[in-house]
Amino acid sequence: MEYITVNPPLEKNKILCCQCGVPIEPNVANMCVGCIRTQVDITENIPKQVTIHFCRNCERYFEPPTEWISCTLESRELLSFCLKRLKGLNEVKLVDASFVWTEPHSKRIKVKLTVRAEVMGGAILQQVFIVEYTIANQMCDDCHRSEAQDYWRALVQVRQKAENKKSFYYLEQLILKHKAHENTIGIKPIDGGLDFYYSTEAHGRKMVDFLNSILPCRHQHSKRLISHDIHSNIYNNKYTYSVEIVPISKDSIVCLSKKMTNQLGNISPFCIVNRVTSTIHLIDPNSAQIAEVSSLVYWREPFSAICNPKSLHEYIVMDVEPILDKDRKYFPGQGTISKKHVLADVWVVKASNLGIDDSTIHTRSHLGHILKPGDSVLGYAIGDSNINDVHFEKLSADSIPDVILVKKHYPDRKRRRNWQLKHLNEDLFPYEENDRDYNDFMDDLEEDKEFRQNINIYKSKNVIPVDTDDMEDSGAPHITLEEMLDDLVIDDNENDVEME
Amino acid sequence: MAIRVQFENNNEIGAFSKLTNSYCLVAIGGSETFYSVFESELAETIPVIHASLAGCRILGRLSVGNRHGLLVPNSTTDPELQHLRNSLPDAVKIQRVEERLSALGNVIACNDYVALVHPDLDKETEEILADTLKVEVFRQTVASQQLVGSYCALSNQGGIVHPQTTTNDLDELSSLLQIPLVAGTVNRGSDHVGSGMVVNDWCAFCGMDTTSTEISVLENVFKLGEAQPSYITTKMRSSLIDSIS
Repeated sequence: MEYITVNPPLEKNKILCCQCGVPIEPNVANMCVGCIRTQVDITENIPKQVTIHFCRNCERYFEPPTEWISCTLESRELLSFCLKRLKGLNEVKLVDASFVWTEPHSKRIKVKLTVRAEVMGGAILQQVFIVEYTIANQMCDDCHRSEAQDYWRALVQVRQKAENKKSFYYLEQLILKHKAHENTIGIKPIDGGLDFYYSTEAHGRKMVDFLNSILPCRHQHSKRLISHDIHSNIYNNKYTYSVEIVPISKDSIVCLSKKMTNQLGNISPFCIVNRVTSTIHLIDPNSAQIAEVSSLVYWREPFSAICNPKSLHEYIVMDVEPILDKDRKYFPGQGTISKKHVLADVWVVKASNLGIDDSTIHTRSHLGHILKPGDSVLGYAIGDSNINDVHFEKLSADSIPDVILVKKHYPDRKRRRNWQLKHLNEDLFPYEENDRDYNDFMDDLEEDKEFRQNINIYKSKNVIPVDTDDMEDSGAPHITLEEMLDDLVIDDNENDVEME
Repeated sequence: MAIRVQFENNNEIGAFSKLTNSYCLVAIGGSETFYSVFESELAETIPVIHASLAGCRILGRLSVGNRHGLLVPNSTTDPELQHLRNSLPDAVKIQRVEERLSALGNVIACNDYVALVHPDLDKETEEILADTLKVEVFRQTVASQQLVGSYCALSNQGGIVHPQTTTNDLDELSSLLQIPLVAGTVNRGSDHVGSGMVVNDWCAFCGMDTTSTEISVLENVFKLGEAQPSYITTKMRSSLIDSIS
């Protein structure tokens, strides 16, 4: 048998707390916790009330020296921001931090902190306390500048000396599609154009590059010195880009110079502007020959419209006789001839003279593929109009047709439109129902598939889908459902995203 | 009665004074305040002597003594020794000790009968100690601290030791020394009880920071003041119980 030796546990003697006389285990300070707490306050170097600055406009908090950060109430970001604003926190060890609920509009944030620190050479003390943050309003620099209206650094002035605003409607759609307005801090409509404001020169330059890639235009650049520091060689300039879009719109008639016609594959000088995208698309109504004029070529030798869509007249087609391929004249060096158009001899009567004057006018048109007798068509009465143009005057009188047909006319189709476009800003352009330019622009989109492929078209919400039989009756061009996009609708009530 | 006193704004009065039952040594300070406190309390019974050891004022830490004698370190100069011999009562033997641990007050704690010494103290010093002070010597530690002189203060009535002393150690020391012991503090929680206070059988002095709780502990264990249990209940109790049983 062996004896079991039992080591009595090392029992610490109780001593009296030197302040209050309560029996305690001896510690470094030889004081009870309560007495230590009355002797030392580990939070004395931590302010209990802190002021933080908040911008009401953009709802951001100021983080010195220059940062403004946005965070929601009771968020993790706000907590870390609040702790960063607290001085003296590096002297203690932070154990826990949480928000104490306050009224959101009370301009107070309360944070409950638990800190731990070593006191009196070894004793570790933990303390819980609440810090109150007062939110003071201060407008941030960005908002201050935008309020003061002098915040722009670069200005892009887009101008067009044109009769209608279709180019701007098209530009708006392209901007929306490519989100080119992201860095814009302001868009202002000016007579004859738009002004785009940017905070940095780079953003302005980017916009100019964007415009150059989508529209035929040219630009000029200037800068104005606002202030400069000769010591640090810092110059504060305001930059202005003046962008001029070619003053030619779709469905106008242009008269080209001899030199230009030679360059464009001996096209006839008399051309219809078929489409204006990044280049000007011309078509010769007499031969269906097409040509593209880039902005570079255009600005080398500018030409202007001799007739523009405002002077279009309505004609009624009496007879159509397509010109067969064998009857057409070809010559060497001739440019591309459109395969989409059919050349035809057309006999028309002016709609206003229908029934009064039976004499038909003969003309040659590229619209043979869509015209049939009885159709309504829009055209220019060249013979009756007074045209002042250098190149036009050089042409011989017999080479000028009486009437040039431009496009087929579909009377009153507006209300059947089951699609819509998005807009940048409602007060940028007046999109009234009876705005003729805007309606023409919408008609152009419906008629020309290639024209609308660059932009986003959305399903209309307020139009009930029309019976398809009804659509086919008129034969008017329309945009198929496959080309339309669904507009994103966020329903506030149910907080979910649904596709309509 | 325990009296609060300060030496030139310093609470460690055990370093600047040495109190025994037959004499009191006081360091020479800039002012006489410290001395006069001791003098007013003790002058009627025992000599209160101005002294220095090896030119230092910390004579309480450098020397050890009791009713029977006084040990001073080897560095004590001859004039100082002569002054002490002249001032001390004739019955008190004074002895210079050649010891590596020359701060004798820090390494030795004693009353008139027993002494606790540092475990590494010289054998010769131990012998001189036993001969001069007429004490029984025990090599011991207090709460694992070897500087027993710093961490305990003893009188013939009782003793106070380092606050972190365990109950077992306290019992062991108490049975060795044959006096009641208590773990406690002076000077508002300081554990250097030996240097924070001086005590003899009827009087104690402690640093100015000492709280009333600490003073009441001191008065209880050193049996100072009037509010003490009667002699019968304390001293005669065990013998009475022995004889009855």
